[in-house]
Amino acid sequence: MAVTGSTKQRVPAVEGLFTLDDEPHLIGGRLPASGGYCFPLHLGGADPRHPGEAAEEVLLSRRGRIWSFTNSAYPPPPPFVLTEPYQPVVVAAVELEVEKMVILGQVTPGWTVDDLRVGDQVELALGVLYEDDDHEYLTWQWRPLDVER
Amino acid sequence: MEEIAVLGVGMHPWGKWGRNFVDYGVHAAQQALDDAEVAWGDVGFVSGAVTVRCGYPGYVAGSTFARALGFTGAQVASSYSACASGVTALSVARGQILSGACDVALVVGADTTPKGFLAPTGGDRPDDTDWLRFHLVGATNPVYFALHARRRMALYGATREDFALVKAKNSRHGVHNPNARYPKEYGVDDVASSPVVSDPLRLLEICATSDGGAALVVCSMDYARSLGVTDPVRVSGISTVTPTYPDTVIDLPYLATDSWAGSPPPDRGFKESIAARAYAEADLGPEDVDVAEVYDLSSALELDWYEQLGLCPVGEAEALLRSGDTEIGGRIPVNPSGGLGAFGEAVPAQAIAQVCELAWQLRGQAGHRQVEGARVGVTANQGLFGHGSSVVVRR
Repeated sequence: MAVTGSTKQRVPAVEGLFTLDDEPHLIGGRLPASGGYCFPLHLGGADPRHPGEAAEEVLLSRRGRIWSFTNSAYPPPPPFVLTEPYQPVVVAAVELEVEKMVILGQVTPGWTVDDLRVGDQVELALGVLYEDDDHEYLTWQWRPLDVER
Repeated sequence: MEEIAVLGVGMHPWGKWGRNFVDYGVHAAQQALDDAEVAWGDVGFVSGAVTVRCGYPGYVAGSTFARALGFTGAQVASSYSACASGVTALSVARGQILSGACDVALVVGADTTPKGFLAPTGGDRPDDTDWLRFHLVGATNPVYFALHARRRMALYGATREDFALVKAKNSRHGVHNPNARYPKEYGVDDVASSPVVSDPLRLLEICATSDGGAALVVCSMDYARSLGVTDPVRVSGISTVTPTYPDTVIDLPYLATDSWAGSPPPDRGFKESIAARAYAEADLGPEDVDVAEVYDLSSALELDWYEQLGLCPVGEAEALLRSGDTEIGGRIPVNPSGGLGAFGEAVPAQAIAQVCELAWQLRGQAGHRQVEGARVGVTANQGLFGHGSSVVVRR
């Protein structure tokens, strides 16, 4: 986890989607009979060969490759929580090799779309989405690896 | 599949008129009834496409429009499937007609939309993926459009100019459409000088949100004959398909795709399956199509549709566009209405409006945007949360 120097308590913006350790993971689901995965754990679709099969909690791979990417030049509307001044959000869709799925996420701060390419390797990180007087509210982000800037 | 006849079509012009959505729907319905030369009292079934932003009357759109036209005791239903709602409403009407429950049905949808991004309704809903994608990622609808555009660039070498050329082409069509909100010609330079919304897409390439209304009067083939209408535009196929697991292409409103670790991807992806169902019902294929109306929520998404409708092989949409074949006068004109680029989206009306345009085209009533000799047309559309929508019409 990044050292911010902040004394605020770091809490997830939404519970149950990712771990808070130094090497964070997304918390997904695995369908035991199907062999498929889903994210978030309880919001995935079922495999019709096994309708009603419950997903078991599993930590998803931390690394993947960029399937596509973009940004949001204009501030997104609520329920996005706007922090002024708005820094355009960069978004990557990342393909996980083992789980064979694509997961969206913001890219860690400091990167622009000009730095990224489809196929680049990224790793899961946590970043501050918004804060109040006592808390920093975290979300998962994709951090580019091995990219020359 | 047995066919039904399109007796009448009507629209209220798209724009930001600031009136109640009921006004637009009633205007479109009356125009469709006049066009059909059918009395309102003869309509046995009202099939409304729901709008979620207009409060409770929008949730019960069918009866709202019926009351505004004057309750007659007609049967009613209201359908919601996001952007695909209009075709769902048409499919419900077809079912009523083909089952013999009614002879004539009115299909109607209308919307009043706020300016700016479409966004979820208020409140905290961490169990709703549509809420999570805005809250945790800031993933607006244009973010997803742009992910697909960038993917085309990486896979097929599409360029920003290709995307801008789609907008320019559709704007040349929309100039001739009295119902279009933006009847104005835009060039590639105009697109390039508009601000980036989600890279690589610019403001002029992203569909706006609009007010508008559209309606169809549809009936059984026997009823059409009883009115002396021997050669109507016919609805030959309707698709309201859902995806087949695993759906491997990221799309709104989801944070993730299905996984293909346990089950291989289906032979046909979701977007490719949408028109395929309508073609199959009509016993027609892409080689039979003379004109198409597709959901260009962004300029780049129109290129995806060329391939997903089978108008060209995968990876060749840019070449098809640049050949001029998808412009009026070309081999297979796409979006002769001007498309969403010239209209902006009025959600429950939009899929119905696509059918209105094809009806005008097949009757030879499309004026300066007429596709000469058009006999077969196809629409394609997709609604949030896995709603496919496509209609094949012929004459």
